[in-house]
Amino acid sequence: MSTFSAIGEEREIDRDEYTPGVEPQPTWCPGCGDFSVLKALKQALPEVGRSPEETLLCTGIGCSGKLNSYLDTYGFHTIHGRSLPVARAAKLANPDLEVIAAGGDGDGYGIGGNHFIHTARENHDMTYIVFNNEIFGLTKGQTSPTSPKGHKSKTQPHGSAKEPLKPLSLSLNAGASYVARTAAVNPNQAKEILIEAIEHDGFAHVDFLTQCPTWNKDARQYVPYIDVNDSDDYDFDKTDRVEAAEMMRTTEEALYEGEVLTGRFYVDEDRLSYGQEKRQIGEMPEEPLAERYWDDDYDWERSYDQFVDKHE
Amino acid sequence: MTDEELIWRISGGSGDGIASTSQNFAKALMRSGLNVFTHRHYPSRIRGGHTYTEIRAAADPVDSRGDGYNFLLALGDSFARNPQEGAVYGNEEIKPLSENLDELREGGVIVYDEGLLDPSEIPNFDERAEENDWHVFPLDLRGLARDMGREVMRNTAGVGATCALIGMDLEHVEDLMRDAMPEKILDPNLEILETAYDQVREEYDVDGVDVSVPTGEHEETQLLMSGSDAISYGAIDEGCRFIAGYPMTPWTEVFTIMTQNLPELGGISEQVEDEIAAAALAVGASHAGVKAMSGSSGGGFALMSEPLGLAEMTETPLVLVEAMRAGPSTGMPTKPEQSDLEHVLYTSQGDSQRVVLAPGTVEEAYEQSRIAFRLAYEYQIPTILLYDQKLGGELKNVPKSHFDREPNPTLGKTLTEEELAEQPHSADGKFHRFQHDVEDGVTPRSIPGQKGGRFLATGNEHDPTGHISESPDNRVAQIDRRTQKLEAIRADLDTEDTSSYAGPDDAEYGILTFGSQQGTVEEAVGRLNEAGVSVKSLGVSDMLPFATEEVEAFIESVDEVLVVEMTASGQFRGLVQKNLGRYGEKLSSLLKYNGNPFEPAEVVDGFEAAIIEGDGDASDHQTTFVPAAGD
Ligand SMILES: Cc1ncc(C[n+]2csc(CCOP(=O)(O)OP(=O)(O)O)c2C)c(N)n1
Ligand code: SF4
Ligand SMILES: [Mg+2]
Repeated sequence: MSTFSAIGEEREIDRDEYTPGVEPQPTWCPGCGDFSVLKALKQALPEVGRSPEETLLCTGIGCSGKLNSYLDTYGFHTIHGRSLPVARAAKLANPDLEVIAAGGDGDGYGIGGNHFIHTARENHDMTYIVFNNEIFGLTKGQTSPTSPKGHKSKTQPHGSAKEPLKPLSLSLNAGASYVARTAAVNPNQAKEILIEAIEHDGFAHVDFLTQCPTWNKDARQYVPYIDVNDSDDYDFDKTDRVEAAEMMRTTEEALYEGEVLTGRFYVDEDRLSYGQEKRQIGEMPEEPLAERYWDDDYDWERSYDQFVDKHE
Repeated sequence: MTDEELIWRISGGSGDGIASTSQNFAKALMRSGLNVFTHRHYPSRIRGGHTYTEIRAAADPVDSRGDGYNFLLALGDSFARNPQEGAVYGNEEIKPLSENLDELREGGVIVYDEGLLDPSEIPNFDERAEENDWHVFPLDLRGLARDMGREVMRNTAGVGATCALIGMDLEHVEDLMRDAMPEKILDPNLEILETAYDQVREEYDVDGVDVSVPTGEHEETQLLMSGSDAISYGAIDEGCRFIAGYPMTPWTEVFTIMTQNLPELGGISEQVEDEIAAAALAVGASHAGVKAMSGSSGGGFALMSEPLGLAEMTETPLVLVEAMRAGPSTGMPTKPEQSDLEHVLYTSQGDSQRVVLAPGTVEEAYEQSRIAFRLAYEYQIPTILLYDQKLGGELKNVPKSHFDREPNPTLGKTLTEEELAEQPHSADGKFHRFQHDVEDGVTPRSIPGQKGGRFLATGNEHDPTGHISESPDNRVAQIDRRTQKLEAIRADLDTEDTSSYAGPDDAEYGILTFGSQQGTVEEAVGRLNEAGVSVKSLGVSDMLPFATEEVEAFIESVDEVLVVEMTASGQFRGLVQKNLGRYGEKLSSLLKYNGNPFEPAEVVDGFEAAIIEGDGDASDHQTTFVPAAGD
């Protein structure tokens, strides 16, 4: 028996394996878009053949962060904004794990924005799902980085004076090698995009539009949506950075005019993931580091043999 | 002993190669059989700014910087030139010769580079030299170096002159240069060294010089090491193979040493976007089953407060190092202080648990780095190694055999998949990672990827499977269990030898200190004892869980205690009183917070003024006395 025998095991995986046997403390409101992310993930994971015990789901804090309570895998519900650094280190420690990070728009684009930029830039081989409801859900409806200009809330009583952040463009510029947007109302597309994102070897960022009927009253249900990859109205090459940037810009502006554009915006299959880059320069071992601690034959190096002579 | 020692100060500008020259010279002295200890002073700049390193060398063990110095090699600050004369640098150029000149002992030697320095800029230089019987040697070090190689090699000329004056053979210096220098620059350097040596011997009457190199002998091979080296090697020997960090002086040293060594060991180092990320990465790597660390200095450590709490709550093993420098805020980046003690003890919200160790010497830095990892992994708790710019940067000789130990890569209480199968699970297969009743409070953990081990780690309060729970009973059970670990750790630490005592057991008075001031205090105790004062000292390392019993016994055994620390507010004294709940009337404080560590004489004088004379006024020094309550 190997140390991590859940990893790479060949077997049928049932969707129900991800459902906790005990009903979690209910936290999501009826009609919340977060349920759609859960559903799409439950469909995508068995399809890519990743079982609950070879998957590590790292979440932030927010309604979105409660995903761990609904999806049964190895989980790490971290702190507000910090799912990415925890997740990417776990991936470096054990590249055989399927690592998924998830959190809200406040979590990922606001307080954790620096981590988002740098994780994208480094192109870690992982999936990052942002539940973008354009609002702070858990803390009761304050304006978030993606709330539209003029958005009124208790903390922005005169309407937000700020332009919303453009997550897709930011992601592309920072260096993500897969950038997509999907919406809660679009289950098939959501599932397909999540499958692609998980299978993508690099940083795959999925901006998932999730309606918050509780706090975002004027919020749309993100319908009707248009899949830009299928629509005759849009023609762009998602492997071309310049065309992708243009399409993202259009999409980000359209959202605030009531038009929901979704799809894959940028896909770069050629770029090496961070782990591959690090291995190439000799700064990361070929074998998962996490396995070494279980290898009885490993001859652990000592500073006495390795380093102290230069101090003589 | 003070007569039998060489305290050689090399001074120049930042960027003049003072650090590497002094390191090599210290090694040469060590190889010649002496014990050495270095003290460095440098500004927070890359180019320019007065910097010096002192090497104290003696046949007897040396665990502290000395009082003053007896040999000055003033190289001159080659970067202190300003095109707009006097605009910025002012008198900076002369500083290597003028600064702290008063601390040069009577009969001391001055070698200065007459190519760069003009003593007529120093008020009454000649009179002072005569009064103090200083032997002054103006040498054109720069000219000599320029003629034979490059100007920058004037350090070598200075070392050659030093050897000639103190009667030191060039052999060890030459050997070291051969080890350290690339071929291209080796030959001119050797030539410069020998020429300077010969020139001084020919042109001057060196016999008249009172300062000479002591002779000594080592029974075993010695290593010249810094606290930062020792901490890094301790981590490596405990199987740490992952580090994440963001540069900040003085923690950068450990980060750099680890980063340079880890690839060779198949480990991983990550320089990341900020310290929040750095600590969070260490948490993530540790959670995934790798021994991991991070660290920073004051401001960066402040950013780690939240991930630190996350590690505590999720019981993820984590080692952080905190290299203190003078605060608040950016403070004095290159100056030592111990004033992050309370910050490190108490930062992060809630009744959070952690271990804090403050090693006192280079040897202890290695040992306690290992203990920090062992405790973190065995008890699944964050452990912080608290040290400062002084311990991190000073070099000291340590017997090589000190490091000849077995590695300990064990992850602590983890389970194999077979063992996991035997453990309690929920009906849906979730492993009870956070069971309520377990010995020592430590519940065994699984690692992601293991079959039968899935659980949720969360910063929210949680039930045995890790799921969020706000049930009062569960809350109390979990907090009590996590707290219980500290008791077990205290008992565990009692089996380690982390405290350091000096002076006679039955002494009348005591000096209490922590961390890097230990060696200085112990030297002061030695001198006081020689002068017939009945005093002993205790250097404490276990900050949390505190070494309560030991400290209590120490205080009980004496009439009065002076607490010595590099803080302005007496944080360590406060910690003692917090843990012991009394002794306010028995403890007084000697504080120093001017950016320089204590010198032994300051502790001696401070003790005499405070305890013997009772008024506490040692006004010659930049130390502060705070009397005991009621005094
Ligand atoms: C450091 C810190 N600051 C603030 C909070 C309070 N807080 C919790 S969730 C949240 C925002 C949630 O918004 P978002 O990330 O968009 O998630 P959502 O609830 O909308 O899914 C805030 C401000 C916190 N937990 N930690
Ligand atoms: S507050 Fe909004 S985001 Fe949160 S659970 Fe309710 S509907 Fe969903
Ligand atoms: Mg939100």
